[in-house]
Amino acid sequence: NNNGADSGWEAKAVEFFKDHLKEKEARTLVPSLNDVPLHYLKPNSLVKFRCLIQDMFDPEFYMGVYETVDPRLKAKVLRCGKYRDVTECGVDFNSRNTVTAERQTFYCVPVPGENTWVKDISSQARVVPSTSYAPSRQKRSYEEDDDMDDMDTQPQKQRETHGGSQTHSEQHHGNGDCKRQETEAPSNQTASASHLDLNFPLPGEKGPSCLVKVYQDWDGFKLNDVLEVFGILSVNHTTSYSSSSLLDPADSMETAEEQRVHCPPASLVPRLHMLYAKPLPHNNPLLPPTGLEDNSAFLSSTLSEMASVRAELLAYFTHVLLGDALAAEYLILHLISTVYARRDVLPLGKFTLNLSGCPTAASYTERLYQIIQQLVPSSFYLPMSLQNMNQMRLVPKKDYVANRLVSGALQLARNTSLFLDETQLEQGQLDTTGVRNVTALGNLISWQKVDYDFNYHQMEFPCNINVVIASEGRSLLPSDCQIRLQSQVAPAHMDEYLSAVHMHPQASSQLNKFRMYLSVARQLDYSISDEVTKSVEDDFVDMRKDDPQSVSAEDFHRLLVVARLLSLSLGQTSLSTDTWSRAKHLDMLRTSRMEQHKCVNGNEP
Amino acid sequence: MSSPTSTPGGRKRDRNTNPSTPSSDGPTSPPSQRRRGQDSSTGDLMPMPTSPATDMLSPAAAQDTSLFSSPRPSVLPNEVDMSSPLISVRGTPARQRADLGSVRKAPQVDLQSEPAGADGAVASESNAGQRLVIWGTDVNVGTCKEKFQRFLQRFIDPTSTEDENAGLDLNEPLYMQKLEEISVVGDPVLNVNCLHVQSFDAELYRQLICYPQEVIPTFDMAVNELFFERFPDSILEYQIQVRPYNALKTRNMRSLNPEDIDQLITISGMVIRTSQLIPEMQEAFFQCHVCAYSTRVEVDRGRIAEPAVCRHCNTTHSLALVHNRSAFSDKQMVKIQESPEDMPAGQTPHTTVVYAHNDLVDKVQPGDRVNITGIYRAVPMRVNPRQSNVKSVYKTHIDAIHFRKTDEKRLHGLDEDAEQKLFTEDRVQTLKELAAKPDVYERLSSALAPSIYEHEDIKKGILLQLFGGTRKDFSQTGRGHFRAEVNILLCGDPGTSKSQLLQYVYNLVPRGQYTSGKGSSAVGLTAYVMKDPETRQLVLQTGALVLSDNGICCIDEFDKMSDNTRSVLHEVMEQQTLSIAKAGIICQLNARTAVLAAANPVESQWNPKKTTIENIQLPHTLLSRFDLIFLMLDPQDEAYDRRLAHHLVSLYYQSEEQMEEEFLDMAVLRDYIAYARTYINPRLSEEASQALIEAYVDMRKIGSGRGMVSAYPRQLESLIRLAEAHAKVRFSEKVETIDVEEAKRLHREALKQSATDPRTGFVDISILTTGMSATARKRKEEVAQALKKLIQSKGKTPAMKYQQLLEDLRGQSETAITRELFDEALRALADEDYLTVTGKTVRLLA
Repeated sequence: NNNGADSGWEAKAVEFFKDHLKEKEARTLVPSLNDVPLHYLKPNSLVKFRCLIQDMFDPEFYMGVYETVDPRLKAKVLRCGKYRDVTECGVDFNSRNTVTAERQTFYCVPVPGENTWVKDISSQARVVPSTSYAPSRQKRSYEEDDDMDDMDTQPQKQRETHGGSQTHSEQHHGNGDCKRQETEAPSNQTASASHLDLNFPLPGEKGPSCLVKVYQDWDGFKLNDVLEVFGILSVNHTTSYSSSSLLDPADSMETAEEQRVHCPPASLVPRLHMLYAKPLPHNNPLLPPTGLEDNSAFLSSTLSEMASVRAELLAYFTHVLLGDALAAEYLILHLISTVYARRDVLPLGKFTLNLSGCPTAASYTERLYQIIQQLVPSSFYLPMSLQNMNQMRLVPKKDYVANRLVSGALQLARNTSLFLDETQLEQGQLDTTGVRNVTALGNLISWQKVDYDFNYHQMEFPCNINVVIASEGRSLLPSDCQIRLQSQVAPAHMDEYLSAVHMHPQASSQLNKFRMYLSVARQLDYSISDEVTKSVEDDFVDMRKDDPQSVSAEDFHRLLVVARLLSLSLGQTSLSTDTWSRAKHLDMLRTSRMEQHKCVNGNEP
Repeated sequence: MSSPTSTPGGRKRDRNTNPSTPSSDGPTSPPSQRRRGQDSSTGDLMPMPTSPATDMLSPAAAQDTSLFSSPRPSVLPNEVDMSSPLISVRGTPARQRADLGSVRKAPQVDLQSEPAGADGAVASESNAGQRLVIWGTDVNVGTCKEKFQRFLQRFIDPTSTEDENAGLDLNEPLYMQKLEEISVVGDPVLNVNCLHVQSFDAELYRQLICYPQEVIPTFDMAVNELFFERFPDSILEYQIQVRPYNALKTRNMRSLNPEDIDQLITISGMVIRTSQLIPEMQEAFFQCHVCAYSTRVEVDRGRIAEPAVCRHCNTTHSLALVHNRSAFSDKQMVKIQESPEDMPAGQTPHTTVVYAHNDLVDKVQPGDRVNITGIYRAVPMRVNPRQSNVKSVYKTHIDAIHFRKTDEKRLHGLDEDAEQKLFTEDRVQTLKELAAKPDVYERLSSALAPSIYEHEDIKKGILLQLFGGTRKDFSQTGRGHFRAEVNILLCGDPGTSKSQLLQYVYNLVPRGQYTSGKGSSAVGLTAYVMKDPETRQLVLQTGALVLSDNGICCIDEFDKMSDNTRSVLHEVMEQQTLSIAKAGIICQLNARTAVLAAANPVESQWNPKKTTIENIQLPHTLLSRFDLIFLMLDPQDEAYDRRLAHHLVSLYYQSEEQMEEEFLDMAVLRDYIAYARTYINPRLSEEASQALIEAYVDMRKIGSGRGMVSAYPRQLESLIRLAEAHAKVRFSEKVETIDVEEAKRLHREALKQSATDPRTGFVDISILTTGMSATARKRKEEVAQALKKLIQSKGKTPAMKYQQLLEDLRGQSETAITRELFDEALRALADEDYLTVTGKTVRLLA
């Protein structure tokens, strides 16, 4: 069946990969671009990549099926152009059998703000890929594995039916390439990348970015989706931009800038031809990668432990938050919150926390962030200093010269924790950028959306980012819930206490428990029974009866979210009246504390 | 290729007289190369039994056939410059059509015959001509030409509403009138609407779409023959070029796919970048170093075939290119980006490269919204000229044939909505069914922002705002445009979901803008002049108000806006224009925008004891420009609370599907509004006018009883607008009494909320129009008089203590006198120049 694209073998091959990759073992056997340096990976082999779609380029047309002419044999051979960048020698452009097909390119970057513990844990399970120089032990084990072997050779087999002897020579060539690269390429990729802006959303990010070529259903992907892509790696240097390609008159119409961005050196930005991509609901390596509903055993075991883990976590947070148990409760609720639905413009489930009254001494906020960083899969610390606000690029902006979306710090994956440190803000003048940045942060908090700047117009991208604001007084940004930190520590001992907080890092098993707890709690389903609905409604009416001013519709909105999060944090998937009253009690404690510290700066309450 | 071009300007009639050269030329341009991208689609036509050379016949060739008993292969494989009709009719030069691509050589037969003769020949030879087509297509030049001429001569579109046809007699053949226009104006471009071609001859349309590269030159020939036959004496700069537009092939950039390659497409988008002008060589001029013999070589697919041997002196490699004697044409790269409306959510917009040629260069500027008609091209990319490997990717671009700016219409003020939203039959049917329901008004208003609870009247008001009134033009009678847009102000306690309502509206309407009073300056609202970094020219950047022309501008935190910024709104909210005089640019922009504003009370909590003006501290001049002012207060009763609680809980815990069942889809609502705004223009009926008059008289009467004016013409205008909008909701072309009733009710509701005098409990319009209720004014007057008397009774004291005076007045008066009241009275007296207040002392002036 070598009659080109129509015969259906392509679909079968892709199906084959999908089926095998669904098995858990097979997944882990595929080497990952995230962990393994690029020069250790064999070109044209199957790799995986955990990434965020940062930009979508224009669709491109390529030769899906083409014919080559061998000048010696005068033989014409039909070849498949899918899953590769470059055609083989002697393409007959006049052939009538050429089929032009369409594919889409995504520019993907590693998940922004992914914390080191996530990287460490995922790379422990990493596969050392087979290369020509790798220790023989590993190589054998890899080749002995039937499953894996089968997969890897599959495309070659398919190609063989088309290309005949060509495949083998090319295969050797590929290995040779790899060997050469290994000797040449410095192990630190980022050093050589410095001249090229790889467009990471957050400053100081490392890791390979990737041009992912998508062959089907690209409309299903959205910007900022987090995916695990399985595909064929291609590091063919001819796809890179080089000044010599300017010789072609047709190319000169594109700016050099645009070429540089769209065809970066393949050694830095490899091409990945996607066979299969799995959207990741989370990037916590401790959890099974599939949805929770498929893992009932795992779910029931974690659920039973949740209450006890919660108590430990609460104690830990209370300690960290200067002995304030109430603030610790709210911090837990915040960390498991997520936007679970949207009703017209209203995002439901968001729970932005403003932690006011943070001590400025001993860089307390930074320490607090470091603790959060240890617990959530991805996070970002944004000191709101005047300089940062005036200079940082928060909102992604389209660069029409290079024809790409220049990323900004607010281009984040779902459920990333954004820690805004307002204690760093001093008096001074915000310039235009500063005002825009503050507005963008406000929009992010209120509507969970970021308006990307497309120069002639703005485009709204919904997001799902957990924002926590640490401030001294009430924050200038809006928030869903403000809690004033009440230190139980005497001011005299503050410095001592603070430096001690971080002296006792938790055991890693303990930390792993917390990490798992926070991620699981966020994934749980939640419902509310009719009876409880009724009693909640009655409660609201009663509260309003006593004092209409005491609880507004907005307060009720918040109470419902708090009740939801409180239930989930206890591992209960439906609201009970107990939890409802506990939620009310929590909120009451919080508001009464607010009364004491009533701020009188004229801001809207 | 050298011989036809050996004589300068020789691309005319002499081709067929030189039979030997064309035959040798034939193989140099294998058509297969040209038609590569299309092979799959035309495959069924390919297996013609004859070779490409003999495939080619056209009427003229057919004529040859009739003269000579058999076609002579040596004569037939002629090449014709497909980019322009070869015939140089009456000395008018042909101009190369770079827009039809770099390949201009197609095996084709010369059109030698006189137009009249050709017509006859086509008729007689039509049977033979049917089978003879251009290589790789099913286009027969003769038939095609004839059909197009027939189209030009006969096509009539009595219902045309396009601007282009303004001033033409719609019952006469449209394009003949256009030709006449060309003969008068001398601009040799004929724009042809593809829809017209389609309705006239579907087959011709299909050919035009599939083989534009061949069909358009044929059209050119046809139109020139016709034109010069009709207007033999007219002088044109060059021959007429046909520019088809509005091809229905593709509307959206996202749906371009490999099947569209080499076809005529129309896409809409926004220009984001234009390049410098690129001179593209069309014809290279070579001169021999030895004997100074010169020759011209046409550029073929971007390559110049440099002659190796001088044909005059036979020296090899002696010819040198002379740049300034070569012929160039203009070319410009234009980048187009998908318009935001066409995009699925969560994806980034696509871009496409467009090449504009000759006079289309510089027709568009970055930021313009355009519809582009052109030929979609794909060119393979060579990685490196020295490498045989190629990247398996094609570069795609569009060769533009026609640009049409979609927002051009804004220049003419009278036009209806610029958006020409297309509705399918089904959709229109659904919308009409919906409109026929008796409770459509309630349905739509409850579909608006379902997450916000109750506030039914406010939602109804906003609904009417979304539809807007009918635009009227009274410029002839000196009044100018009447505002059709309804302006609404929401005020009330913080946390009553005002912002949410604004966000919803902003997301609903296609041309909505959302700004916050805190964050926007006058400049951000209006327009500013900036220097374009690329071209260094001054560009007018428009702000939110201008951008939301024909849309709604949502302004949050209206009260936080600086006075300076707010003053801009005065002009916009009544005259609907914006005047700019800045950096040498003086202009008036249209800002026919409805304003939806939200304001918080000054004291953070609404004070029911104060009037609206006192609560929000906005100038009454601005307030009176709002048609409806609503208070969003927290009503405090148990039944309401219960419903609210239920609403909120279900909002949080109902599943997505349940919600959708209950409410109308946002998309339906959006279409409904767009349809009504575009197609429905209600006019007042006799009864409705009567009802309006009555309503207005009633309103004035209410006040006159208490000695105050309670309605102004502005209120009448508001009523008319609201009634019209309500008629639009019903899809009714006539404003009827029920519309007026609802307008009255809503207006009254809004007044009841916002213009109730807290002292008397009466609705008092003067609170909004003058900033003070009539009773308050009366009271102020009284106090001032009492104070004056008091001071006069004190005798000749030039100065008094403020506190003392206040206490004296309090002691004297039977009603309580607040400090504010006292201050006001003092101010009133100061205005009379009776006294002056300095610090804590009051001095008499008289």
